[in-house]
Amino acid sequence: MAYSNDVRDGFSKELDGIREAGLFKEERWIKSPQAADIEVEFPAGAEGKKVINFCANNYLGLSNHPDVVEAARIGLGTRGYGLSSVRFICGTQDIHGHLEHRLTEFLGTEDTLLFPSCMDANAGVFEALLGDQDIMIADRLVHASIVDGMRLCKAMRDTYKHSNMEHLEEKLRDHQDKRIRLIITDGVFSMDGDLAKLDEIVALAEKYDAMVFVDDSHASGFIGKTGRGTHEHCGVLGQIDIITTTLGKALGGASGGCVSGRKELVELCRQRARPYLFSNTVAPVIVSGAIKVLDLVSATTERRDKLEWNTKFWRDGLEKMGLDIKAGDSPIVPVMLYNAKLAQDMARDLYEEGIYVVGFFFPVVAKGQARIRTQLSAAHDQHHLEKGLEAFAKVADKYGILGKSKKEIKEIFGL
Amino acid sequence: MEEYKKAILEYVIKEYMEDDEDEEITYDTELISGGIVDSFSMVSLKRFLENKYDIQIPDADASPEAFDSVDKIAALVDRFKQA
Repeated sequence: MAYSNDVRDGFSKELDGIREAGLFKEERWIKSPQAADIEVEFPAGAEGKKVINFCANNYLGLSNHPDVVEAARIGLGTRGYGLSSVRFICGTQDIHGHLEHRLTEFLGTEDTLLFPSCMDANAGVFEALLGDQDIMIADRLVHASIVDGMRLCKAMRDTYKHSNMEHLEEKLRDHQDKRIRLIITDGVFSMDGDLAKLDEIVALAEKYDAMVFVDDSHASGFIGKTGRGTHEHCGVLGQIDIITTTLGKALGGASGGCVSGRKELVELCRQRARPYLFSNTVAPVIVSGAIKVLDLVSATTERRDKLEWNTKFWRDGLEKMGLDIKAGDSPIVPVMLYNAKLAQDMARDLYEEGIYVVGFFFPVVAKGQARIRTQLSAAHDQHHLEKGLEAFAKVADKYGILGKSKKEIKEIFGL
Repeated sequence: MEEYKKAILEYVIKEYMEDDEDEEITYDTELISGGIVDSFSMVSLKRFLENKYDIQIPDADASPEAFDSVDKIAALVDRFKQA
């Protein structure tokens, strides 16, 4: 089929539809390394604007840490730029093995397998381990990559209400006839910033003979006393059967992910997980940088402690000024606005004030749950946070939402 | 038919609505396209219908369109009960 004008028109109309629905995503070009202060060119061709970044997953501020950059440079020099191979042919260097070993130690598991991303890890892990006699029972707010991975797996699927342990128990009871029951959850939920109740989930898994899967991408490196993740925070280190996580957020922010957990399960992924088998190895430069990141986070908790302090300061500031935020302890702090247009308008005005945040609305979050998701970093200093709070107060006041409840905001702006 | 609708609505509210939800669900509320029930969560709804009404709904008939409102689900149940 030639790419005729009719075909072109058809695709153009689809794009128009996305624009009309207000769902069209535009990239903003950043002209500096990732940091608390960045320079952004938006719209395309505009003068670069200096803004404070409150929407990166750069939780520990390591994305451009000089030691990490230097380690990556050394990796580039000693192991080269690429390997032109998947892992199992000729794409595994000694440093891949070292990084997997270091991740296993850090996460407190039995073994680890690297993937090009956590999206790939989640895409491959379920299909590699489960079959049609099994059941996957997922929290309803798990990340999209888990949803995609579950779709690729032949096991039956069911869901439980977000963090609702009674509902999960009901589902576990319902599915006692299956060979394997796998409970699936995020460690920290990316849109709400709340933590899974892993201690209760592990107890239910024991009671109903189930396994537990946790995607800890928004936790690894900073949640828990020594930053090992949600399982450390909940006191269940060593009791999670499968953890997937990313090197693309707190742990350096470049790319790469992994499946970590029981050694037989990890080995099965090595044998069967298609994104591992059929995509290129993680580049040496990233592997070298990631090993340095693990050195840094294992040597001191200084960065995660600063992030914790920043998070508290930010949450307290937003609450005191009268904004409606989702409760919790994580550095993901959603400012609830409920109305999609209000979220977009406020994000735009905040950008004008030099604060880079993004509005989220349906279908990324449920209808009527629009919000601006703010994210803290150890790279933020107090003056960044103060400027951010000042801008939020000014913009929120413009829209008359300070001190307003969910009901009142809905009455003013609708859904 | 009214009995089916009542039982299905009751199940949908119990299974899919959060406790603090203030949205009201009626017989013609769009469940799938309205984002209340996602495609994974349809599994439990299908199992509920099959167990309660002693019917088998082939996957081809359990489409998002057929499950998009209590009205439509009740019509589907009615069709399989008659068959």
